[in-house]
Amino acid sequence: MKPIKDLIRRRKRWDAIFAICGLAALMVGVLTFTALFVDMAIDGVGRLSWDFFTNFPSRRPGQAGILSAWVGSTLVMLTTAFFAVPLGVAAGIYLEEYAPKNWVTDVIEINITNLAGVPSIVYGLLALGLFVYQFGLGQSILSAGLTLALLILPVVIVATREAIRSIPQAIREGSYALGATQWQTVRYHILPYSSAGILTGIIIGMARAIGETAPIITIGALTFIAFLPPAPVTSEPPFLSFEWLMSPFSVMPIQMFNWTSRPEAAFQANAAAAGFVLVLMTLAMNGLAIWLRYRLRRNIKW
Amino acid sequence: MSAPETHMSEVLITKAEARRLSFYYGDFRALKSISMPVHERKVTALIGPSGCGKSTFLRCFNRMHDLYPGNRYDGEIVLQPDNTNLLAPGVDPIEVRMRIGMVFQKPNPFPKTIFENVAYGLRVRGESSRRRIEEKVEQALQDAALWDEVKDRLQQPAYNLSGGQQQRLCIARALATDPELLLFDEPTSALDPIATASIEELMHDLKERVTILIVTHNMQQAARVSDFTAYMYLGDLIEFGVTDELFIKPKMKQTEDYITGRFG
Repeated sequence: MKPIKDLIRRRKRWDAIFAICGLAALMVGVLTFTALFVDMAIDGVGRLSWDFFTNFPSRRPGQAGILSAWVGSTLVMLTTAFFAVPLGVAAGIYLEEYAPKNWVTDVIEINITNLAGVPSIVYGLLALGLFVYQFGLGQSILSAGLTLALLILPVVIVATREAIRSIPQAIREGSYALGATQWQTVRYHILPYSSAGILTGIIIGMARAIGETAPIITIGALTFIAFLPPAPVTSEPPFLSFEWLMSPFSVMPIQMFNWTSRPEAAFQANAAAAGFVLVLMTLAMNGLAIWLRYRLRRNIKW
Repeated sequence: MSAPETHMSEVLITKAEARRLSFYYGDFRALKSISMPVHERKVTALIGPSGCGKSTFLRCFNRMHDLYPGNRYDGEIVLQPDNTNLLAPGVDPIEVRMRIGMVFQKPNPFPKTIFENVAYGLRVRGESSRRRIEEKVEQALQDAALWDEVKDRLQQPAYNLSGGQQQRLCIARALATDPELLLFDEPTSALDPIATASIEELMHDLKERVTILIVTHNMQQAARVSDFTAYMYLGDLIEFGVTDELFIKPKMKQTEDYITGRFG
């Protein structure tokens, strides 16, 4: 019996060695992020106050705030979601449920996956030529929203397809066997059962978009802005205004970038505080994604 | 092939009939010119070893093969009383599936409530009256011998039911739209013996009102539930006849070898 015990002990040693290597690899990522985040929090947390959120940027670091930046980021995100979600989900459903399985579909699929890896600055240049000049949308929230929508479209499409693919074929056959059309099957089964995965993909795409700087700078977002876009709700009929879509704007990462390039040390604290808020916004979005997935999947089993 | 009618005192009505039906998965010919009737309000069983084409044959009746590319039918399946060839190019598979229901091998309830599972076929047909849907759902659940077990929890997820209850729910789902013909694809192969017995009993009651065509891998089951049996092997129909005769006095040597367990 002795040799078998030796053999097992030696093999278990390899188990332990791999576990340690894996843990070390994991820690490289986790500790780096934690160190960066804590460092930023220490630098910036002293600047966080109500005024920081309600003040416009200023020449005086003590009075400068992120009002125009977070309002800009929020409006750009809304615009992005408005365009990216219906386009991405519809494209994903088409590819998974309707598209004929032939080489044209294969080529489109491969290209969509590749698009997710195109550097964001390339999207910025495309948007500058197409949206800003060709379509004459200018350096507006609409241009920025369209640009970021384009940027996260592949993420939304891929997430939609993954979510749809996880639905067992037996569910589709069950629906078709009752005489359902393709659209009825999509409407009553495919969409509801994949909504958790789709929402997660959308939010992860949005979390990526909110941190994007390069394409937004390329299309000409302002780095210093001391006014807000026109309010979407007005006192006169029709009470809704979309003028804000054409307004100039700034976003959180640009505000940070602007402050980090200032020589005064006090502005660095502002940048750290803005970064802290931005990371919290991203984490909140990811948290929302996890919660939604949990909520929506609770009643779905197969 | 014999004429089973001569042995029965009652008159048999043909509900559906396959005529020289061949089926191809791409280039592979999975069914070879099958001709056989399905009699109204009778249970017809399809038996044979794995890969003999019995499920493929069953899935021709509701055009399930149309869902996947590269499949081709040749020949006819004629549905009575209107003498419609289900495989004709002008016939929409959706129309076929509205007349012919199906129950699958593994229970596949939708991840919705018990009520919505049964109501789905009605909703697909555009039924919007809440009252009519409720009536139909109750009727279908009673016909599937499930009503007493679920009447107090219609709004609960169907996945809380046991495997046998789920399969009866799938039967209720198919019954809710009054199908003329009900296809069963090995409906008890994922169930325990007690659940199997309840499904078999249910089939016995159902044939008063609906024609049943069942694929089974279990010869005892075919002997227990069916009035007619077809033995298939490698895409060919070897023998079709009255179940009792086919099991006691098969005409073909191959059938005898299979049912006596010498092969398969």
